[in-house]
Amino acid sequence: MNTDIQEIISKTGTERNRLLPVMQEVISRNNYLSETAMRDIAKAFDISAAEVYGVATFYSFIDVSRLGRNVIRICKTISCDLKGKTDIINAIEKHLRIKLGETTPDQKFTFLQTNCIGWCHQSPAMIINDKVYTELTPEKAIVALEEWE
Amino acid sequence: MQDKVHITINSKEFDVDKDLTILDAARINGINIPTLCHHADLGIAGNCRMCLVDISGSHLLQPACATVVTEGVEIQTNTRRVRQTRKELISLLMSEHDTNCLRCPKNGNCELQDLAAEYGVDGNDYIQLSADYTIDISSPAIIKDDSKCIRCQRCVRTCEELQGVNALAVVNKGGELRISTFLDKPLHYVVCTNCGQCVNRCPTGALTEKNYVADVWNAIDDPSKHVVVQTAPAVRIALGESLGYPAGERVTGKMVSALRGLGFDKVFDTNFTADLTIMEEGTELLMRLKHALTGEGKSHGALPQFSSCSPGWIKYLEHEYPDLLNHLSTCKSPQQMFGTLAKTYYADIAGIDPADITVVSIMPCTAKKFEAQRPEMTDSGFRDVDYVLTTRELGHMIKEAGIDFDSLEDSSCDSLLGAHTGAAVLFGATGGVMEAALRTAWEIVTGREIPFTNLDVTPVRGMAGVKSAAIKIENALPAWSFLEGVELKVAVAHGLANVKTVLQLMKKGEADYHFIEFMACPGGCLGGGGQPIRTTPEIRQSRMDAVYAEDNALPIRKSHLNPEVLHIYKDFLGEPCGEKSHHLLHTSYTARGKY
Repeated sequence: MNTDIQEIISKTGTERNRLLPVMQEVISRNNYLSETAMRDIAKAFDISAAEVYGVATFYSFIDVSRLGRNVIRICKTISCDLKGKTDIINAIEKHLRIKLGETTPDQKFTFLQTNCIGWCHQSPAMIINDKVYTELTPEKAIVALEEWE
Repeated sequence: MQDKVHITINSKEFDVDKDLTILDAARINGINIPTLCHHADLGIAGNCRMCLVDISGSHLLQPACATVVTEGVEIQTNTRRVRQTRKELISLLMSEHDTNCLRCPKNGNCELQDLAAEYGVDGNDYIQLSADYTIDISSPAIIKDDSKCIRCQRCVRTCEELQGVNALAVVNKGGELRISTFLDKPLHYVVCTNCGQCVNRCPTGALTEKNYVADVWNAIDDPSKHVVVQTAPAVRIALGESLGYPAGERVTGKMVSALRGLGFDKVFDTNFTADLTIMEEGTELLMRLKHALTGEGKSHGALPQFSSCSPGWIKYLEHEYPDLLNHLSTCKSPQQMFGTLAKTYYADIAGIDPADITVVSIMPCTAKKFEAQRPEMTDSGFRDVDYVLTTRELGHMIKEAGIDFDSLEDSSCDSLLGAHTGAAVLFGATGGVMEAALRTAWEIVTGREIPFTNLDVTPVRGMAGVKSAAIKIENALPAWSFLEGVELKVAVAHGLANVKTVLQLMKKGEADYHFIEFMACPGGCLGGGGQPIRTTPEIRQSRMDAVYAEDNALPIRKSHLNPEVLHIYKDFLGEPCGEKSHHLLHTSYTARGKY
């Protein structure tokens, strides 16, 4: 078993209600849940790997495919849309030379959309990893990216 | 009266038990409320909303399956609003459903199709949203077609609650919600045991067995092929349901006539090899006991010995508890013993080149399709069993051939691999392998009949999920003196969730049994994944009654007295667990991954 997961589980225990905290901790370290991570978690919790996969895919912020080191999630919901999220998307796509849903070849960024993140009053908004960026303009979005380059 | 509540359904008054759901209260009183996600064997999901009813005190319609009756509640199951809501729901399901019903294996036996007909839904109310799906045909037993899935999650609950396997799970959410496996891997590459319990409960054609009817017709119609057929004990007590008979009707004689009518060259019986299995597995158990108690002889494996007839159970053990595989009897299942003997013993006597023999099995089981294709099942020098059909597929063939089943005369199986005893028939019910083994092993050890009235070993009968019995051996014959005074402890578990319970006890050292019968399916083979759809506890009980009636009706009820079994040992096999048996009738197992 992966030593990271062993270490996490040694702190959380393997009660069924600890499943999500374990996943969140793995995500905070590795960005995504790998196939082996899910198998290891299933084994430790004595549940099926399909169940782990089912829980993981329910949550938007638990990814099961490999992501770049920094994850950009731009809000796709209506307020941000009205305030020009499309322009922001275009600017980021042009700057990173990838499309939405893709990861840069150097694994530095993955660019995703997300449902409402609760910043409608300061839309358009996005988050990079855990940091929120609001009232975006194309220029501000590029400056935000540069913080993580 | 305090355990009862007074309710009104459609202006009629009823006193019903206070813990009932509205659905049950209505059904008990002859009022039908349609359902899709609800199933008598499973926990309540309440996700399909088909059972919505109008109840007093609520401005919203409430799901009858998930709402408990309360004192004085007034329920309306037939208002304009209820009917229109249900119709709307069916229309919406249809808009995401592949409605090419004529190409669906469940055509004519589909709960969604029935409801669409009842509510006059033609599938044209909304634009079709059914996307392109890849049909999962990876498994030799089960086909999963998401374009037919209505996400009722019966399969997920079956796999979890009844089987404890969780090969299927709900993945994603909202409009993207799907029923899938670990990382969407094909069914053949995950922990699926092929038990087919999900197939038995799927209301639509999303989960079906892989159909081999066309291959069997091809073999029958090929003049160069000599096609022999075997039928498992649980087929004869359920086939009738596919042909319009009530559950529990025994159709053994007519089934044999129908098989001849279909064009099989020889109609044999898996019951013959069930009796043979008892000889082999019983002997194996006695050898394991001898080694454990006296240290004599070679070790044939650990105690408790596990039965090995149920291929779903075997694959489960291979995935989940590979460290316990040395407990598993090395005996092949009766289906596989039959295949091997048909292409060796029978081929020799009949003077037919085994290359020209096609062995077809009729099984209550989908996992048998997988078992027949296991790479090691070629001891005859050929694929031992060529095609496995379910009870349902046989019913289909009989209808396709235009056979008027009801007017058929009874007939019996062909000899050589056809004679059987009541003990063999018991294999069709949970506890049956144990009962048959005890009838024979007890008599071998003591020289006397097993001390139960009418040979009915009642402690291992019935539908309890886990059953156990202990019998003290007294006055053993001299050859078995090491068993004198030993209390023989046995257990029986059916449904993989119950199997798991016993295995976990064993791991904790709390299951000191000598022999355990494990069956993957609830009720044993009579509740198998290849049996006629639909299944309920009542239907399975009727089938179980039929198994015991069939056993009781046979003149010989102990496997070791089957004349053809005695004959095959004398002429061909030598002795139980001997050299030839070891080569032809025993097998080995494969540890598999747990995901």
